Amino acid sequence: MDYQLLWFVILGVLLTGYAILDGFDLGVGIIHLTARNDHERRLVMNSIGPIWDGNAVWLVTFGGALFAAFPAVYGTAFSAFYLPFMALLGALIFRAVSLEFRSKREEKWWRQTWDFLFFASSFTATFLFGMAVGNAMQGIKIKDGVYQGDLSDLIGIFPILVGFLAVSLFALHGSLYLYLKTEGEFHYYVRRWVWTSYVAFCVLYATVTAFSYQLVPTATERFTSSWVGWVIAGLNFFAVINISRALYQRRSLYAFISSCCSIIAFNVLFAYSLFPNLLISSYGDEHTLTVHNSSSTEKTLHLMAWFAAIGIPFVLAYTFTTHWVFRGKVKITKQSY
Amino acid sequence: MDTVVLLSRLQFALTIMFHYLFPPLTIGLGLLMVCTEGLYLKTGDKQYERITKFWTKIFAVNFAIGVATGIVMEFQFGTNWSRYSKYVGDVFGSALAAEGIFAFFLESGFLAILVFGWDRVSKKMHFFATCMVALGSIFSSVWIVIANSWQQTPAGSRIEELPDGSKRAVIEDFWQMVFNPSTVDRLIHVWLGAIILGAFFVLSITAYYLYKGRHLDFARKTFKVGLVVAAVASCAMMLSGHHNAKMVAENQPAKLAAFEGHFTTGDGPTGLYVMGWPDEKTGEVKFGIEIPYLLTFLVHEDFKTPVTGLDKFPKEDRPPVWIPFQAYHLMIGFGVTLLGLAFLGLFLWWRKKLFTMRWIFLLYIVAVIPAYLANQMGWVSAEVGRQPWVVYNQLRTEHAVSPSVPAWQVLGSILMFSVIYFLLFCVWVYVMNDKIKHGPEEAEHPEDAAKPKEGFLAAASATQDRGEHSLTEVTVDKEGTRIEAAPEKPVAPAAPPADPPKNPDGAPGA
Repeated sequence: MDYQLLWFVILGVLLTGYAILDGFDLGVGIIHLTARNDHERRLVMNSIGPIWDGNAVWLVTFGGALFAAFPAVYGTAFSAFYLPFMALLGALIFRAVSLEFRSKREEKWWRQTWDFLFFASSFTATFLFGMAVGNAMQGIKIKDGVYQGDLSDLIGIFPILVGFLAVSLFALHGSLYLYLKTEGEFHYYVRRWVWTSYVAFCVLYATVTAFSYQLVPTATERFTSSWVGWVIAGLNFFAVINISRALYQRRSLYAFISSCCSIIAFNVLFAYSLFPNLLISSYGDEHTLTVHNSSSTEKTLHLMAWFAAIGIPFVLAYTFTTHWVFRGKVKITKQSY
Repeated sequence: MDTVVLLSRLQFALTIMFHYLFPPLTIGLGLLMVCTEGLYLKTGDKQYERITKFWTKIFAVNFAIGVATGIVMEFQFGTNWSRYSKYVGDVFGSALAAEGIFAFFLESGFLAILVFGWDRVSKKMHFFATCMVALGSIFSSVWIVIANSWQQTPAGSRIEELPDGSKRAVIEDFWQMVFNPSTVDRLIHVWLGAIILGAFFVLSITAYYLYKGRHLDFARKTFKVGLVVAAVASCAMMLSGHHNAKMVAENQPAKLAAFEGHFTTGDGPTGLYVMGWPDEKTGEVKFGIEIPYLLTFLVHEDFKTPVTGLDKFPKEDRPPVWIPFQAYHLMIGFGVTLLGLAFLGLFLWWRKKLFTMRWIFLLYIVAVIPAYLANQMGWVSAEVGRQPWVVYNQLRTEHAVSPSVPAWQVLGSILMFSVIYFLLFCVWVYVMNDKIKHGPEEAEHPEDAAKPKEGFLAAASATQDRGEHSLTEVTVDKEGTRIEAAPEKPVAPAAPPADPPKNPDGAPGA
């Protein structure tokens, strides 16, 4: 069995799980400030109240699994993106804290400060994730497993565009989630935001696609050269179109599921265009980190495959249980944030 | 030392010390919540439900900050210590991944139900969630202590050379890695530290209520449970500490020598410094108070074999002495103080004077600070004492940093974390203060107070246990919601004898 492929897939699953689950957490954060009053803002925060923490664990486990399965990639990528990752960590801390503390006091200044921090940290975290993906597609300056560039090399036009695409995608995903979780007048108000973010997303989607032909020809070549790539891209396109169809029919759950599917398709597309590379070097193929030259030993990968086989059914069971227990429209109760 | 190494070490110290304020508390409180909610399920007494809800709120705040600061720890291995990550990934990474898959999902999945699910799931399901959260926090400590212990005393792995000439540790025997020579001793030490902190945290809050004369029934019961747990765990801690020191003497003799400020081996028996000021330049302990023979006796159980001193190691392999010495001695000092406080409380309880001296509670209110410090100092001595190695005798700390990260960036991130953590600390103190001042909910409606009476009376008459005493206290509390401390006092001395049999909470400490 090819354990390196297996772990590439497991990491892909973890990252996709994170993008779907924390994607809407981050997304509701991005549109948080559009809620008009204190009650609505509490509804926004409490729509993800019980579950954001479990969703963030997907990222933590992704990090741990990357460390264990491909230590060279983990070390090289994380140290290359040093300052962006530090900013990401700062943003993730502020997000957690602003959720936890916003509604602890009545004062207006207190709540407004946390509201702004909640928005800013959600936006920043999403943008940085997008930039990381953009850089990964484009390739970075690594030679002999050490990053040679500096901060300015990571801030190119393509990563910035992908950063904004990620923001619009999560804003769409988050507003669809909120649309699903709310009722009454606020429900119809959120619907307007779904459309706004949908339009923004479509524009950016088209722009990034156009730019990627120009700026990352290697990545686009990979998936246009075989029918599999076209099928995934087609499914992605179909899922995106289907969001608007479901919205038009006012089927909120269906629209949300379509949005999940489009995120899955994005991730598969990204993974497909990347494999077997994990960290592309702009100095040429011999410096690129692949699943083969950067993995842990077969023994460790085998051992951890057992961990995953035992653990993942449990993980899915917890995730399902939690989301099932907290299904339905969001209500403010005594335990709410 | 290289600036980047120094800065990265400072950053790691800052972030891990701040992080470690939270996990040990959640381990301790998690166990407490399992006990109180278990009692609620068994007796149906609504008071236990309110108590559990109160601890849940405190727990949730600490857990949230623990998670947020924990993500930093995990990412930092890659950002600041990339060469270390590449070296240990095959061994350390698997333990970390196991922590993610087995512990983090368990904790965070059920935390949602624990905190927000009171009205959404059945009582039994909720209790199950509480148990799972407590179990998850324990699992988490297991895996991370395994990973750290492997670095202190590597086992079950071998060193492999990569095509590019660099080296890495690879796994040979997973179970040998898991049960490396220091795992079990250190894990027990960490758990006991967490339980003691949990106990003194609970003592501190309830002592505050007792001092203020609020929530008296709840505070008295919980205070007694806290004392028992603290005493049992502190006694166990003395044994565990001794075992750990012997284990360190065997596996990391240079580290023990640094702990004890033991510079020159000599020929005769070695004494033990109770305190002092080690001077690394001259190689002696200034102003030291030394008990002769003691270290030899503790390590070798005789009175003649010398204990290995720092002079037996090449200069470049010696750890710094001052920090490990002071941290180690402070840890022991705080530990003994806490043991003394626990037994002082038990003594007063036995003499039926526990609730008659109001000032004594001031002591217990502040005692939580040495409990935090003891946990912190223990880790400081463990981590500084193993220097200059990050993986003992295999990888030096200076060879572990990321080569591509410039010093100014690390300085920038240190500043960022300092600011964020300072704010976070202020907010934490503020919110904890708020929650503690608010206290557990009192029964709101008369019917509410009546319900448990029936249920509890029925249970009491059925099982013939001594529940009536508690019942009368509850009703007194309900009628005059905020009773003054004074009229309660005469009742107090009668309380202790009735309570111990109903305190299974003492059990998990052992």
